[in-house]
Amino acid sequence: MSGGVFGAIVARDLRLAARRRVEALLPIAFFVVAVSLFPLGIGPEPQTLRQIAPGVVWVCALLAAMLSLTQLYGGDHADGSLEQMLLSGESGFVVAAAKALSHWIVTGLPLVLAAPVFGLLFDLSGAALLALAISLLLGTPILSLLGGLGAALTLGLRSGGVLLILLILPLCIPALIFGTGAVGAVEAGLSARAHYSLLGALLIATGLLAPLATAAALRIALE
Amino acid sequence: MPATPIRFYTFAAPQRFYGLAGALIPWLWAATVILTAIGLYIGFFVAPTDATQGESYRIIFIHVPAAWMSMLLYLVMAFWAAIGWAFNARLASMVARAIAPTGAVFTFLALWTGAFWGKPTWGTWWVWDARLTSELILLFLYLGYMALVAAIDDPRRGDQAGALLAVVGAVNVPIIYFSVQWWNTLHQGATISMTAAPKMASTMLTAMLVMTFAFWAYAFAVVFMRTRAIVLEREAHTDWVGALAVVNKG
Repeated sequence: MSGGVFGAIVARDLRLAARRRVEALLPIAFFVVAVSLFPLGIGPEPQTLRQIAPGVVWVCALLAAMLSLTQLYGGDHADGSLEQMLLSGESGFVVAAAKALSHWIVTGLPLVLAAPVFGLLFDLSGAALLALAISLLLGTPILSLLGGLGAALTLGLRSGGVLLILLILPLCIPALIFGTGAVGAVEAGLSARAHYSLLGALLIATGLLAPLATAAALRIALE
Repeated sequence: MPATPIRFYTFAAPQRFYGLAGALIPWLWAATVILTAIGLYIGFFVAPTDATQGESYRIIFIHVPAAWMSMLLYLVMAFWAAIGWAFNARLASMVARAIAPTGAVFTFLALWTGAFWGKPTWGTWWVWDARLTSELILLFLYLGYMALVAAIDDPRRGDQAGALLAVVGAVNVPIIYFSVQWWNTLHQGATISMTAAPKMASTMLTAMLVMTFAFWAYAFAVVFMRTRAIVLEREAHTDWVGALAVVNKG
């Protein structure tokens, strides 16, 4: 049954996102605008841009993922469906994991696809673009999983949005380091495998632990 | 109050803790002042001048104990928060809340004294080195915890959510530390190690340890004072707090 509930939540969230397309695309729009600002602020020298590209793309992806998180549980909490999901007898782990997955499909996956295009604007080489895409593919699910925890902790609070970002950004630092490190390694002519392995390990650990913590946070918030 | 035998949980009752902490606080402050005076005297007048860093190294007597306390207090805070959450022990949650600002102050102190030390030795106030960056991130974790518990109006929910965040942070601290360390390292290696013979003069070590005990006493004193305030706030509806207010009014 758990597969059924998991799939049902993901399908429902995707359908909801598809009905509010503009809202779902806002994080990507933020990402595009924010990334485009950096060359304007820093200057058009290709050498400098190439150097900062991985960091800029990663940090903007991180912030874009954070921006859409307040609504991850907010809407469901407001209309009571979150309570029903947790009362359904299904473990909170499954609910939290399904919500994180749907957040990643709506926000993370488009970022992974958009990032290489913006890498081109920063004059990254083909190999570096590939590394950027792979590192984001491994890293953005971590952001969605940790973000789900932040969204559950700040559920229903007045200053939830900013607070969420303050809580979660420090926890995202390892993903940021290894993600940009992978691109940096490729740029320097080294193998990025170690970075991928560490990102993968982080993803597995976060995937196992974050939904547990998120479920606990949801129970605390709804008590 | 009739004399009851003191058991392990005796002082877990907020009322008894309030009394005990009130009795201990003057002694803790006295210990803080005396130990600080001794530690700073040894550090500034007795300890020899460092061969390479001159006099500027003397800030180590504040910097290193503050850094130790900042890391330790985070773990202590997470521990008591988790105890309060798991066993529904109100006092443990109150203590966790009371520790957070002190931990943040020590973290800030470690960063600030580090900047003062970095300027003469490294020629810069700040470098993006692994240990400095981890300490900065620790400050963010403290601020996040304090912001979260302050943002939640319901004390019980605030305690539990704060506990969860503190535990998640405590699990993450080693991961953050090692990732940052891999990212960049310039800071000098740890000066004191449990396994190797100390590399510093014994007077320096004495001063540092005395200062550490002074910071311990300070931390206990401030945390107890803050806990007492939280106890009064939370237990304002009880008879004993009411009686206390009457007594104080005279």
